[in-house]
Amino acid sequence: MADAARELGRSTIGPRGRVVSPDARRLLRLIAKTMRAGLMVAGFVLFVLVAASGKLCAEADCLGCHADQSMQDAAGHSIAVDGAKFGKSIHGSLKCGDCHSDIKDYPHPEHLKKVQCSTCHADPATGLAGSVHADGKDHPCTSCHGDAHSIFPKTDSRSAVYPLNIPRTCGNCHGNEGMAKKHGLASVYPLYMDSIHGFALSKEGLLVAANCTSCHGSHHILSRKDPQSPTFKANIPNTCGTCHAKITDEYMAGAHGKALAAGKTTVPVCSDCHTAHDILQPTADAFRMQSTPICGNCHKDKFSTYRDTFHSQLGSLGGYVQTARCWDCHQAHDVRPASDPSSPIAAGNLVATCGKCHANANKSFVQYQPHANAHVRKMNPALYFIRLFMNLLLAGTLTFFMIHTILWLIRARYDQVKKRSAEGDKHA
Amino acid sequence: MPDLEHTTAAAEQAETKERFYMRFTPEQRYLHATLFSTFLGLAATGLPMRFSESIWARHFAAGVGGFGSILFFHKLCAVVLTLAFLIHVRDLFTRAFIRHEKGIFWGSTSMVANWKDAKDLFGHLRWFVGLGPKPQFERYAYWEKFDYWAVFWGMIVIGFSGYAMWFAPFFARFLPGWALNAALVIHSEEGLLAILFIFSIHFVNTHLRPDSFPMDMVVFTGVESEEEFKHKRALEYARLEKTGKLEAKLADAPHSWQVHFSKIVGFTAIFIGLLLLVFTLSAYFI
Repeated sequence: MADAARELGRSTIGPRGRVVSPDARRLLRLIAKTMRAGLMVAGFVLFVLVAASGKLCAEADCLGCHADQSMQDAAGHSIAVDGAKFGKSIHGSLKCGDCHSDIKDYPHPEHLKKVQCSTCHADPATGLAGSVHADGKDHPCTSCHGDAHSIFPKTDSRSAVYPLNIPRTCGNCHGNEGMAKKHGLASVYPLYMDSIHGFALSKEGLLVAANCTSCHGSHHILSRKDPQSPTFKANIPNTCGTCHAKITDEYMAGAHGKALAAGKTTVPVCSDCHTAHDILQPTADAFRMQSTPICGNCHKDKFSTYRDTFHSQLGSLGGYVQTARCWDCHQAHDVRPASDPSSPIAAGNLVATCGKCHANANKSFVQYQPHANAHVRKMNPALYFIRLFMNLLLAGTLTFFMIHTILWLIRARYDQVKKRSAEGDKHA
Repeated sequence: MPDLEHTTAAAEQAETKERFYMRFTPEQRYLHATLFSTFLGLAATGLPMRFSESIWARHFAAGVGGFGSILFFHKLCAVVLTLAFLIHVRDLFTRAFIRHEKGIFWGSTSMVANWKDAKDLFGHLRWFVGLGPKPQFERYAYWEKFDYWAVFWGMIVIGFSGYAMWFAPFFARFLPGWALNAALVIHSEEGLLAILFIFSIHFVNTHLRPDSFPMDMVVFTGVESEEEFKHKRALEYARLEKTGKLEAKLADAPHSWQVHFSKIVGFTAIFIGLLLLVFTLSAYFI
């Protein structure tokens, strides 16, 4: 262009030697200068425009628009990003385009692809794929981990999956009656929060207290009907044993544990007695009251004979829970038959077992039958006949005097009416 | 009627010439009062234990502060009743062996059953169905003696089995352990028999039958009218008249407050008893 201007200047002398006046030359020079500056500005603007229509590479570029907290997409969802918060989050060092990889230039298309967390987080994504949450309509990662632009590590108390926050996070769905009903699940969040695990977590802030993921896992959550699931019946003792290791060892050594190990899945596991979510402190009155019938679900004859005894009669009347419950004598986890010498109900151990409550228990005292059935002659003939005698005495006495009294009443009334009518009393 | 409070039936007696005779001494009335009040307490606290699965038992237990207070009250009543029983036995012993009183173990004033009681029972049954005359009774009729001995036997049986359970390890020194199983069976069956018997048979025989309806006040006031005495126990009346001891039995008519008080206490007892009877029966049929 400068060449062109020079060409233009030279041409003022003119090829044909025609002389141009100095004023005109000056004017021409000014015009040329102005044009040169204008062209340079235009060129710069063009350069900027060309550069801008290429790659958007700095966060500042995105936040130029998305920092506006009222920004919404066509469907009314917020598409605002809090830059400061994002900067502090675990992904703060990443660039927008690292996740929103389909944005190449500006303006970007209105509809973007769903961000694939699996690009980096392959393992959790694989786990999630086979889990009960695989077909979730919402974004499976953010439903639990929270807002994608403010994800913190699970050790950070701001994280939605920080141990103390997990129950609330899961409870967003699993504490919802409507959602629970729709999927045929129990609304377990309130139950958990009232459980001993829930108290430890919410009241004490105990990070090791079992939360949802401790038993169910996190990404690869399976139905309890799936044999691979940690909540599958046969796997429950091991799952609980992750924390309660000694109890699981005791359980596995007992009759129930041995039967379970032998493949008999009708035996009770931890959750059958303690429940899954609404777990109470075993020494709590409410647990002592509710647990005996649980054993009775299977041990029906033992339960009915237990109910005939003082131990049960006292216990049924609320407020008095100290009387012996099944496991006070049989042990809770290491349940063994009386034939096993190490069982607390083996003949040699009865004095010690009964002595836990009855301080002066002796050999004779422990011959008491806590499951006596006075209606079975073979079990204890003396007791059977004593019961029979008492029943006959009761029935005989009452029957005789019932007849005696009824006849007497009729006769006495008859005489009374007769006597009064003889005396002319109309009110007889 | 002026000065109602102080108007006694004695004043009316003077007008109507109605005479009253002493049947029970104050000691006997106190014994009966202690017996029926502790018995009601024992029944009210024993039945919830016997029928611990029924709804009313649980509500009652919850209402009075749980099983702990039920058992406490049961034992308290048991101890009071035991003391009353021991005092009664000591009294009998003193009268019979120290003061050499006649008529404790035999004779017409004794509680011990005799041949006449057997005849009276059959005579009474015959009269019920119109096959014979109404028997005449002495101081204690056969059903009254039965009531007495039923309580006496019940005291020993229920009391012993109850204390055996209360102090189980101690009793286990002398008894085999299964005797404790038997103790519960005996205690609850005999207790149930006592409750059903008292609240149905005794109530009707003694209080609700037409001759006494709605309540025989004699055990509360200690006295009864001459007409009632003659009608209910003609033989005793005749014997006393013959031996000239009738005058000694003459007593003042009961004060009106005595009658009112007795009615309140008596009807309360009968009401509680009948309520417990309904609860007991409901445990079987509902």
